[in-house]
Amino acid sequence: MKRSITLQINGKTHTGEVEPRLLLIHYLREVAGLTGPHIGCETSLCGACTVTVDGKAVKSCAMFAVQADGRDVVTIEGLASNGDLHPLQTAFWEEHGAQCGYCTPGMIMASKQLLDRNPHPDEDEIRHGIKGNLCRCTGYQHIVNAVKSAAAKMGA
Amino acid sequence: MASTVTKTETLFGKRMKRKEDPRLITGTATYVDDIQMPGMHHAVILRSPYAAARIRSIDTKRALELPGVAAVFTGADVKDVGPVPCGASLPGLRVPHHHVLAQDRTYFVGHPVAVVVAADRYIARDAVDRIEVDWEPLDAVADPEKALEAGAPAVHPQWPDNKAFDYHQEHGEVDKVFAEADVVVKQRITSQRLIPCAMETRGVVAEWRSGEKALTIYTSTQIPHLMRSLVAGMLGIPENKLRAVAPEVGGGFGSKLNVYAEEALMGFVAMKIGKPVKWIESRRENMLATTHGRGHVDYYEIAAKKDGTIVGIKLKLIQDVGSYHQLLTPAIPTLSVLMMPGVYRCQNIRADIVGVFTNCVPTDAYRGAGRPEAMHGIERMVDILAAEMKMDPAELRLKNFIQPEEFPYATATGLTYDSGDYDKPLKKALEIAGYAKLREEQRAARSAGRLMGIGLSTYGEICAIGPSPATPAGGWESATVRIEPSGKVTVHTGCSPHGQGEETTFAQIAADELGVDIEDVIVLHGDTAIVQYGIGTFGSRGTAIGGTAMYFAIQELKAKIKRFGAMMLGCDEVRFEDGRCVCGKTGKSVTIQEIAAASYRAMKLPPNTEPGMVATYFWEPPNFTFPFGAHIVVTEVDKETGDIAVKRYVAVDDCGKIINPLIVAGQIHGGVAQGLGQALYEEAVYDDSGQLMTGEFMDYCVPKSTMVPWIEDSNTETPTPVNPLGIKGVGEAGTIGCSPAVVNSVVDALSPLGVRHIDMPMTPEKIWKLVRGGAA
Repeated sequence: MKRSITLQINGKTHTGEVEPRLLLIHYLREVAGLTGPHIGCETSLCGACTVTVDGKAVKSCAMFAVQADGRDVVTIEGLASNGDLHPLQTAFWEEHGAQCGYCTPGMIMASKQLLDRNPHPDEDEIRHGIKGNLCRCTGYQHIVNAVKSAAAKMGA
Repeated sequence: MASTVTKTETLFGKRMKRKEDPRLITGTATYVDDIQMPGMHHAVILRSPYAAARIRSIDTKRALELPGVAAVFTGADVKDVGPVPCGASLPGLRVPHHHVLAQDRTYFVGHPVAVVVAADRYIARDAVDRIEVDWEPLDAVADPEKALEAGAPAVHPQWPDNKAFDYHQEHGEVDKVFAEADVVVKQRITSQRLIPCAMETRGVVAEWRSGEKALTIYTSTQIPHLMRSLVAGMLGIPENKLRAVAPEVGGGFGSKLNVYAEEALMGFVAMKIGKPVKWIESRRENMLATTHGRGHVDYYEIAAKKDGTIVGIKLKLIQDVGSYHQLLTPAIPTLSVLMMPGVYRCQNIRADIVGVFTNCVPTDAYRGAGRPEAMHGIERMVDILAAEMKMDPAELRLKNFIQPEEFPYATATGLTYDSGDYDKPLKKALEIAGYAKLREEQRAARSAGRLMGIGLSTYGEICAIGPSPATPAGGWESATVRIEPSGKVTVHTGCSPHGQGEETTFAQIAADELGVDIEDVIVLHGDTAIVQYGIGTFGSRGTAIGGTAMYFAIQELKAKIKRFGAMMLGCDEVRFEDGRCVCGKTGKSVTIQEIAAASYRAMKLPPNTEPGMVATYFWEPPNFTFPFGAHIVVTEVDKETGDIAVKRYVAVDDCGKIINPLIVAGQIHGGVAQGLGQALYEEAVYDDSGQLMTGEFMDYCVPKSTMVPWIEDSNTETPTPVNPLGIKGVGEAGTIGCSPAVVNSVVDALSPLGVRHIDMPMTPEKIWKLVRGGAA
């Protein structure tokens, strides 16, 4: 039996009828048409699907769409404002934080939560802040540099 | 309107951010699963839960009854689809017929048995559970050494000895040098099975256009052109009616350097149901059914004189093939043999490979493909020899290096190393690490009862794979460079990058050569409908071969540009520089944009010159390239827990000339993380019945951000004479250099306890046992 849900995604209201078992990641990608968050494992272990729900980083493959009813979701597509990249996006670009790019949207959203909580993390804190997000390409070093660089710019 | 020439600086060698990144950082790139089509259906595959079983019957009735299910196909439906191809050949190679769906028997857990097609992926998954298979489980064997024992279950009943192939290679006077040697050391060394784990699993969208009788396959692949040629054959459709597209590809590492059953199967399904179909592999399927890497058991012996000169190397190599040959499966261990002498001057070698069938998913290329195994072997053996002779491992290496003046150097395995200066990265790494001081610290640590280790590796590898005669498919690469009427530059490269940054590095070269702004250059790839034929991105070949093909295409254009420039300037003495043709006599000039416009307008043409400004070049490389480097790793072992802390990681890599240091560093970091994964964390574990025990990220340990150390990376630059750009390739170097350096470091840490070798992965449990029990 379908359930009606209403949620905010990237500042826009979305209303729809969904099956209770529909995962939030599938709602975002296939109903809302936001393919920025990716699916890498469907078991909440890789973090490619990370979005924020009410400001908190969430692995959207481990949440049902109905659980997002009434809540405020931000995906990578909602991070830039008025066409200006978020400092984290700029930093991932400048510091070569992305290679194949598949983990990147989730990695940036996890990094956003990290900087929201701790605006000036050191290397160790950055590594712990993103350890729920797997990257197979970069060895994480340029991602660490990107988060450091974004923190410096956002703090300036 | 032609834009103005703004370019003044040379971009080759410059740290530049990547042109591909804006779409990646904004979530607007298009990977296979992002493709939506009207009427698109979803496919889900039923896979064998048994490593070996007979299929007595399959009942699909209940699956078909589920509303939303469009079709179910089983082995009987696809028996006429051509076999999954093995592209490699060896004398006496046994190649089992590899159907796209199992026929009457399955050979590994994850073997595709049936495919359900439904309007919705949830329904398709539901329906898979409603297929009833009457299984007769059979005895299986998952360990290659056990598979070789008499009486082991036969993976393929027609070959009871489980041998897939034997391969022998020999050079020099091996028996003589071993008989006369002052020292011989022996060791069994394994390179365990690994799961490549690209973050994007495999995925396919297939679309059949019945009116045109044309099929399009979007697939997450490293080799769209080869995939098209081979899948067209499997499906029995003309090659020019099959378009293959590799859209954004979320990592490959060799696991997408293949032609898979599922690619042909989705083509088959789309043609049958007349609707587009999408199949996206789950992570568990990815671990079960996408190729694995490594899977070596190696028995090494090396012989040396008492001054440390290495005189002979013997290797018996057992390669776990798995149940079938995928595209390059049997070729991978032969690459290990080619590189077995490493960077050392040793002309007496003997290698025997036995390829063994097991009831496991096939092994094939995984980052490094044969070279990490070879370097792990020789670099471990050199350390074992150094320990035996009580020599410093750095000194022993320096003594045995091939010297710069010996290049081109003919190896005992039949290769010709292009260029090298092996002292350089080692000495640089020793200096950065502060080697002498580290050894002092180690002495102090040891007297304080701490287990500190210093390990190094000096690797060499084969890149730019490779000359066509040495490869199963062509080994060339292609490029088309088109200067548009506006002067914008469009490059079509036959290699199909998936994270390596070639849209940027190729544009850097093109911008330099043509004197245009890098923003005016785009690099297209991965679509057989728009790109001339190509080979692909693997074996660290993309830039060294594909980039060189582009370079030569541009040289042809530059000649044409000068003919137009001479005509337009009315000058017979023109030079092309900084994006314009300049008359040597008058100093007058025309820009490349003006020339491009004139070439298409074609009001007047230079003699013997066609209109337009397009050139295509297929470049056949005369040789491989051979990068090298030195890695130094400092570790400390926790006696109580067996935990290994990597305290320092120094990497000095020589990949020839560097186009973009930022991208080179990224390749090294990622490579090191994968090598470290092998050394410390990762192993595909099958139990005796052939069940994969590490089938999720919960069990298979891909390194997390907290598990990878800071890498102190730097380079030396020894150009290759093989291509005019002097570039060698860097995609696999980090992985190849890493694992022996890490293991050497930990063995060094534990050497006071009598430990002389440790097999990977060096888990805390394994280390703890060694600390408690002493010698390995």
